[in-house]
Amino acid sequence: MAQSGAPAASGRRLTRRNNLVGWAFTSPFLAIFGVFLALPIVASLIVSFTDFDLGDISNPVGTDFIGLSNYSEALADPKFRKAAFNTGLFVVFGVPLTILLGLAASVALNSGIRRFRALFRVGYYLPVVTSIVAIAVIWRFMLQPEGGVVNVMLGYLGMEGPNWLGSSTFAMPSIIALGVWRNMGFVMVILLAALQGIDEQYYDAAKVDGARPWQTFRYVTLPLLRPGMLFAAVITSIGYLQVMEEPFVMTAGGPLNSTLTLTMYVYEQGFHFFNLGYASAMAYLLFIAIALLTALQFRVLRTQT
Amino acid sequence: MSVEASQGGRTDLEVTHHRSRRFPAGNWWLYVLVSLGLVVMVGPFVWMILGSFKSQAELLSVPPTWLPANFSGDNFQRLFERLDFPRYFLNSTVVAGFITLANVAFASMVGYALAKLSFAGRKTVLLLVLLTLMVPPAGPITIVPLFILMSKLNLVNSYAAVILPFAAGPFGVFLMRQFISTIPDDVLDAARVDGASEWTVFRRIVLPLLGPGLAALGIFTFLQAWNGFLWPLVVLTSDEMYTLPVALATFAREGQYQADYGLLMAGSCMVVIPVVVVFLVLQRHFTQSIAMTGIK
Repeated sequence: MAQSGAPAASGRRLTRRNNLVGWAFTSPFLAIFGVFLALPIVASLIVSFTDFDLGDISNPVGTDFIGLSNYSEALADPKFRKAAFNTGLFVVFGVPLTILLGLAASVALNSGIRRFRALFRVGYYLPVVTSIVAIAVIWRFMLQPEGGVVNVMLGYLGMEGPNWLGSSTFAMPSIIALGVWRNMGFVMVILLAALQGIDEQYYDAAKVDGARPWQTFRYVTLPLLRPGMLFAAVITSIGYLQVMEEPFVMTAGGPLNSTLTLTMYVYEQGFHFFNLGYASAMAYLLFIAIALLTALQFRVLRTQT
Repeated sequence: MSVEASQGGRTDLEVTHHRSRRFPAGNWWLYVLVSLGLVVMVGPFVWMILGSFKSQAELLSVPPTWLPANFSGDNFQRLFERLDFPRYFLNSTVVAGFITLANVAFASMVGYALAKLSFAGRKTVLLLVLLTLMVPPAGPITIVPLFILMSKLNLVNSYAAVILPFAAGPFGVFLMRQFISTIPDDVLDAARVDGASEWTVFRRIVLPLLGPGLAALGIFTFLQAWNGFLWPLVVLTSDEMYTLPVALATFAREGQYQADYGLLMAGSCMVVIPVVVVFLVLQRHFTQSIAMTGIK
């Protein structure tokens, strides 16, 4: 397609040369990509149908295909269900909150704030670039029941804060809040760019039609932000479905598994107990959830335009 | 800031105008709100730095002190005695450095081939790249077979084991393909007519045009690699190979019940501050480039 200038006469030799050049550019990538990215996706599915465990790594002959047993076992496993439920909570509450706060921040910075805008943007984006592990350690420090800065501040306001991470009621909400805090800056930056890309004409037209600020936002800005919101929602959800560092560092999944997530449980089954077949089956269920949620978001956010 | 203001100037002026008509006192309340938000976003990092200089006794005092009674480097000294942080730092740098180099090289080359070369199998390669965009490299979905593979290759607990699954990411390829597609064919054809090989066209014409895009991809990839956790946790089995996040998380979990927060805050500083410095220096690149990747 690109080589419109090439004469058609020397066709065949040229095609071969083109193929050679094309493959020379792509094959080093494809080798690594194939072995370490694409292949494991298929291999994970195969392993999920087996009873692969630690001994099978050195001697795979002992592995048996056990059909869908791992899957039915997972679906009946109360700990898996709990992990799936917690991960669901993280997505169902975390994603909308992250998008909403990111949207609010981007609109505020784009329309109301002129001075120090760069400072605010950098500040809000700061948590996105830092290690989740470090952030989780810092928040664990701040959320201590006694003397943690969060409860001390609540105390100044006359409220008594709970034992955030030690209570099975508050631990998961705390971890969701942390996820929202860390990722809203990402949504903000995406939507800021989208806002700045909106053609001035739309606003002029709205003004001519006598639209009030809220109407302009609702019927002009918001629909035009839809592609940016779709992108942000997809990326955020894929990330949230795999949440792991926060509970790993802050609560170790507790108390009473109230913060156990799917990725944590896959890790635990796979690399503490070395039930590798079982871990793969659970990972594949997670994969299906990621695919379904992504497809759903494309549906919802695309068609409403 | 100044560039920003001149770019978005028209919108800003108009909207401010609107607002000031409705709120005679201007939009000071919005500044208050956004500033409170800033405190919430940046405050924890300030608290981390302050905490890292406080003594254990001071950290346990209720109510807590705001500023350290005396700035002591004691936590950092103890941290370096207990944990080999220079080593973790080296590990993280090597791992993130190689991952970044590989991605930048692969993304530009493959991106060029997919955007501007016609060869048998091009569409298949593109489709593969698009299909895998949704599956994060070495995430929960693929860690099990990857671990088995690394065991077979005798690579468990090596730099190569951490690097390889992230070296050829589909995201960069996709991004660079989008970028390179916008380069007009005429420019490339002119060079081809003059007898330039595809490699020369790539090196001399395409690559220089990719500067900002590649810088953005590089920064983005480096950060992701630097902060990566799950796969290094799985495949690195001995302390001297740990990357910074793995070392910090392992240490934090040991002290789950009687945490030494002085040490933990000092450790967090070691993980966070280099990244924050890089971010502040390159922030303009950053926020703009990430937005750019999002909208395309």
